[in-house]
Amino acid sequence: MYVHAYVLQFYTSTQLCKMRKNIPAKKAIIIACLISIFGSAKSQTDQDAIMMTKNNFCTGLMNVGNSWNSYWEGTFKRTNDNIGTISTKGWSVMGNYGVKDNLNLLFGLPYLKTNASKGVLHSQQGIQDLSLWLKWMPLEKDLGKGIFAIYTLGGVSIPATNYISDYLPLSIGMKSKTLSGRLLLDYQQGDFFVTASETYTLRSNISIERNSYFTTNFILSDKVQMPNANVAGLRAGYRTSKWIIEGLLYDMKTLGGFDITKNNMPFPSNKMNSTFAGINLKYEIEKISGLSLTGGVSKVLKGRNVGQSVSYNAGVFYILDFSPKKKKTIKKEETTTQKN
Amino acid sequence: MKKILHTILFISLAISFSQCKKEINGRTDELSPLNPASTDLQAGTWKTVLLTRPDTFSVAIPAATNSANYLAELNEIKGYQSNLTAEQNDQIKYWAAGGVLRWNELMRELVAKYNLPPYQNADGTYPIPSSANPFAYPLFPFANPPYAARAYAYIAAAQYDALVACWHYKKLYNRPAPFMVDATIKTQVSQSALPSYPSEAAVLAGVTSEMMKLFFPTEIANIQMKAEAHERSALMSGAATRSDIVAGEALGRQIANVFIAKAKVDNAGKAVGTSTDWSALENNTRAKGEIPWISLESPKRPPMLPLYGKVTPFLFDTATVTALRPGPPPSTSSDQMKKETEEVYNYVKNPTKENNRIVLFWADGVGTCTPPGHWNAIAAEDFIKKNYSEVRWARNMALLNMALMDAAIVCWNTKYYYFNPRPAQLDPRIKTLTGTPNFPAYISGHSTFSGAAAAVLGYMIPERASAYSAMAEEASKSRLVGGIHYRADCEVGLKVGASVGAYAVNRGKGDGCQ
Repeated sequence: MYVHAYVLQFYTSTQLCKMRKNIPAKKAIIIACLISIFGSAKSQTDQDAIMMTKNNFCTGLMNVGNSWNSYWEGTFKRTNDNIGTISTKGWSVMGNYGVKDNLNLLFGLPYLKTNASKGVLHSQQGIQDLSLWLKWMPLEKDLGKGIFAIYTLGGVSIPATNYISDYLPLSIGMKSKTLSGRLLLDYQQGDFFVTASETYTLRSNISIERNSYFTTNFILSDKVQMPNANVAGLRAGYRTSKWIIEGLLYDMKTLGGFDITKNNMPFPSNKMNSTFAGINLKYEIEKISGLSLTGGVSKVLKGRNVGQSVSYNAGVFYILDFSPKKKKTIKKEETTTQKN
Repeated sequence: MKKILHTILFISLAISFSQCKKEINGRTDELSPLNPASTDLQAGTWKTVLLTRPDTFSVAIPAATNSANYLAELNEIKGYQSNLTAEQNDQIKYWAAGGVLRWNELMRELVAKYNLPPYQNADGTYPIPSSANPFAYPLFPFANPPYAARAYAYIAAAQYDALVACWHYKKLYNRPAPFMVDATIKTQVSQSALPSYPSEAAVLAGVTSEMMKLFFPTEIANIQMKAEAHERSALMSGAATRSDIVAGEALGRQIANVFIAKAKVDNAGKAVGTSTDWSALENNTRAKGEIPWISLESPKRPPMLPLYGKVTPFLFDTATVTALRPGPPPSTSSDQMKKETEEVYNYVKNPTKENNRIVLFWADGVGTCTPPGHWNAIAAEDFIKKNYSEVRWARNMALLNMALMDAAIVCWNTKYYYFNPRPAQLDPRIKTLTGTPNFPAYISGHSTFSGAAAAVLGYMIPERASAYSAMAEEASKSRLVGGIHYRADCEVGLKVGASVGAYAVNRGKGDGCQ
């Protein structure tokens, strides 16, 4: 029923701001303002030993949401007046720390609230899953007229609170711990780029509140085996140091899982497949060095046991530089800004 | 820096992998073979439910254990045992844990699979599942709680009567089990002195598969395969010969037909009612000056089995159903009702984690084995530890399930007598923590079922009586804090359930099983 958990992970890993120049001292007041807005972001980074290093740390807050009123019950597309439109809204705190020029550590932590526009089912809300990614660029080289780069990413996500997963479509997440590996290939020529990625996610078994359930057979346990997932994605568009305008197309699949039977309730270990397309924008505000705005929309084109959701996100990010002044090397950072 | 990163990555990976163990083992997947504390050899004298005598259906005198026919049957067992596959061994192990247990689990599986409300027609009406055309959508049956309670009860009671008859003939003919006759036959099950003719496994396979024709007609083929597997396991394990099996299955099927004959005239077939019945319920309630129940589903669904309260019970007569029906709920216009509605609202306004947990633990809604099934699971998992004989298992399951069915009858009778609205109908601010059932509130089905089950199980296993009461209280409370029921529905439901349970307890005290 559900795509936002994945979508948030994509943003964490692919849409954060880049390393950049040092923050001019006169902008200190703006940093202070931003940090006070991101109350939780600040406390996150304060607890992070990595923050004490010499490099850049980009952090920000993103408003996220999605809604749908039709969904696929197996392959049968329908609406349901007992739930009306299901919407999820929330905020996500994100950060990206540059360990090295080619090694980043990223995190994301969303707070979500769900709602059904009709019927009598209670909404759910809470902090969902903390995700952490290590992003490494082992190769970047000139190829033809452009630059080709390989990125490999490893990520984990862990439920940050004891929320309820077996309450779909209104639960805020699946409550599975995940371990992901991603290969990402990027080619940029001039101001245009294309990025292809493939992600494999292992999902741990979950515990639910009841101690028996029916999938395709009856299981006397409160443990649920979750299917692993696979995501293939393609992004392409215009990318400069000031603007990114990109189109995206993603296909995600659970590897296994079962269909919702007719007029049944959804279940966390359902097969959940979807293909979605969208647009992302990113704009670096020139006047305030290090400040960028992001936004995006996407729509599920085709799915199975998921809602046909339209998702949006809008974020503001700022870069803090923690490297000692004497070590700054402006030139290198300019190059990186062109890439990702 | 590197060290820190490596450490973080390593810890994260370790946490994830340690939680990634994929295979789910059910709580009863790996049980030891049933090893009864007593063979209950006298069980042929226990009081039956519908059979007038344990020997109403005759079972032929078996061949002597030194006859040529019998020796040939032993050879069949030896043939199997000389060449058992891993899968066959697994089957033997599965069924050896107990036939009544395994059939009860299979019943719960079927109920969960079929407990799905039909999807609406294009015009906003709802199709009604038809036993005459069970494979067409909506599949027959819609195994909702009343339907399920009745199916569990009929099958459990039929199994019980069939095993009483089985035990009668076991004692009468006293033919020892194959492994007692021939020491070269290995047993894969617990050895017991219980005579093997007729086979209790085959009696169970026969009676249950025959009953399923009535209750789950689209599953006959699957059930038949299970029945054959059960019988073959008894044979391969050295517990029964071919003639033990044949005699047992025939006896089981004959006894099933006694129960099927009752089921066909117990009024359940008319429980859906007609649109005239549905609007009469609404109009009569209005005429009494009360706000009638209205479906909270969209499109509005006809109320679930409004005439189920007229089904013939197992433990008492129809007049007793009326006598057990409690007095009215608070009037929908009373201050008391206002107060109780406000109480529900306060519970769901900001639900606590613990309340949410118990709501979901006891929800037993769409796609589950229903509250009666949940109590069957609680009972079965405790019975496993008691080492009952198959016939005692069946007796206890029959008492429990007859109480649950009769609790459903009294509960439904009450619901449609008063036809009072759900909290979310009276106060639209109320949002529920699980699905709202499509029938009137007073009295709570969960509470009635749980009150009955706790009474019966507490009688059977006295040392757990207070635990069962606590579970019943929690199940009942879950409906209040989940926003589904008022306090009165829950409290009165528990009491009515306990009264129904007392009938089963009284029956148990006098049925000859000590």
